[in-house]
Amino acid sequence: MNTATETPTSPPPTGDVLTVRDLRKSFGRVQALREATLNLPRGQVTALIGDNGAGKSTLVRCLVGVHQPDQGEVRIDGEPVHFSNPQQGRAAGLETVFQELALVEDLSVAQNLFLGREATRGFGPFRFLDRGKMNTEALGMVSQLAINVPQVTSRVRRLSGGQRQAVALARAAGWSSKVVILDEPTAALGVQETQRVEQLIDSLRERGMTILLVSHNFEQVMRLSDQVVVMRAGRTVARRNTSETNGQELVSLVTGATQDPDEAPDDAETAAPSPKETQS
Amino acid sequence: MATTHPAPAAPASTADSGRRKLSELPWPELASTLGLIALAVIFAIANPGYLSEGNVSAILQAAAILIVLTVGQTFVVATGGIDLSVASTMTLGAIVLGEFYALGWNIWFAALAGLVAAILVGVLNGLVISKGGITDFIVTLGTLSAASGLALIISDGKKTTVIEPVLIKLSVNGVWLFSWAVVMALGLAVIAHVVLFHTRFGVHVLAIGGSAESSRSLGIRVWLVKTGVYVISAGLAGIAALLVVARVGAAEPAANTSFLLNSVAAVVLGGVSLFGGRATIVAPVMGAILLTALVNGLTRVGLSEFYQPLTVGVVVVLAAFLTRFNR
Repeated sequence: MNTATETPTSPPPTGDVLTVRDLRKSFGRVQALREATLNLPRGQVTALIGDNGAGKSTLVRCLVGVHQPDQGEVRIDGEPVHFSNPQQGRAAGLETVFQELALVEDLSVAQNLFLGREATRGFGPFRFLDRGKMNTEALGMVSQLAINVPQVTSRVRRLSGGQRQAVALARAAGWSSKVVILDEPTAALGVQETQRVEQLIDSLRERGMTILLVSHNFEQVMRLSDQVVVMRAGRTVARRNTSETNGQELVSLVTGATQDPDEAPDDAETAAPSPKETQS
Repeated sequence: MATTHPAPAAPASTADSGRRKLSELPWPELASTLGLIALAVIFAIANPGYLSEGNVSAILQAAAILIVLTVGQTFVVATGGIDLSVASTMTLGAIVLGEFYALGWNIWFAALAGLVAAILVGVLNGLVISKGGITDFIVTLGTLSAASGLALIISDGKKTTVIEPVLIKLSVNGVWLFSWAVVMALGLAVIAHVVLFHTRFGVHVLAIGGSAESSRSLGIRVWLVKTGVYVISAGLAGIAALLVVARVGAAEPAANTSFLLNSVAAVVLGGVSLFGGRATIVAPVMGAILLTALVNGLTRVGLSEFYQPLTVGVVVVLAAFLTRFNR
């Protein structure tokens, strides 16, 4: 599982599921992304941190095909990819759980899990939803993750925040995905539910999933991630192994109090920490 | 409209399931049916002939056109949009039908021409709204005017008499209480129900109404689905055009404004959220029948027809309140 021995200075062709080089994106005159560079080692949790407006969400949206970058390169398993819409991103194995919980309130759990990928049966133009199959599979997907398993036929509107996030995570993890991107997965949750979701993320990693975790919460990042990438003003400015950094350093990197001259080639060379050690 | 799948891993204990069930009933969706029953009881007491076979059949016959338009409107409203052009599109369809009929075309081919004209309006609506990014309200307000204007230009403001035995049979013959026009309207409603709840397109319609942004992020082609619902609405208006010609016996460039208002009213009565995302077909159809039954009943008890729009308005707003309190 932990195949990604540290090779931080040069982008390794193997071991990284996803590599991003020099990604840029402007909206009109606003340069939302000036220079983003990032590797996601297989089976690890990479945290992406930064202040509001640092470009984290833009980066994620460029990765998965919501936005198209103006410049730069994204590779999945070494192959360059260009997504003109999120469907292509999903087809290539990038699943996202967006900040605003991309569930549709008035659809059922199963409908949400299968949204855009509904199972059908029939032939030619007469294809009808295979609800039985979807409900059965949906139950399987959700019960792997959720402790308090919601009924798959109930509307998402009736679920708790934690259950919703479990559904969103189950959807992201359930589709033979290569990378699961979590955009502020606990921003809208209470303490207990946050704990639940963090357990979910851990269990996803135990299943070998590669995860990009966008978060504001430094403690959470320290608890969950293997490496941390810091963004500031549209650039990826630093990278740290989680085991070799601390909350204070991250704060100063985010605010710009500590300038990182290079992409910190020294600290990673000395030790290749097991991602397991970072768990609290 | 509750789903009837067996509930695996039901979390609810049986003790309070009885009480919970009552509050979990989909009241907004039931409102139009319950309202219709209440209305039937009240008018039956006030006017014994109200529930006679002849009158029920007449109500249904009078409701057929509205049912067809309401089904189309439901699809649009389910995506969070609104189609103000349905009635004008129907008028345009009827006029095109009349013109081709006057040229000596077979009635069915003429009807097909009317349908095509209506669908073109729908394509225009859909593309301008979804690709052009202009508010549905404005776009369909524009086509409301444009389509009825076009109908006036094509017809030169005159009606074309369409006397065709087949069309007369459509209104007169049928099965038991249901004339063929009613059978057609209800058949379309059944198809619409299947499309909305048993196809991918239907799920995407509701998903877009619930959250267009989420749907887009999951790769649903929002513009295509949006265009689709306006085409459905206009297509059904094109079919309604045939029914309107059959009923009037002519293609008239009339404004038919009440059809527009009533189609929206029926959708609201049917508990469809005007913000989109939540809809059924059965309930708006019941709403369309309710509105027709209300007008019929008011006429039968001898209330001046001037009171009818007022009553309809009050009923619709009351229904909207009911929807609001059950969210």
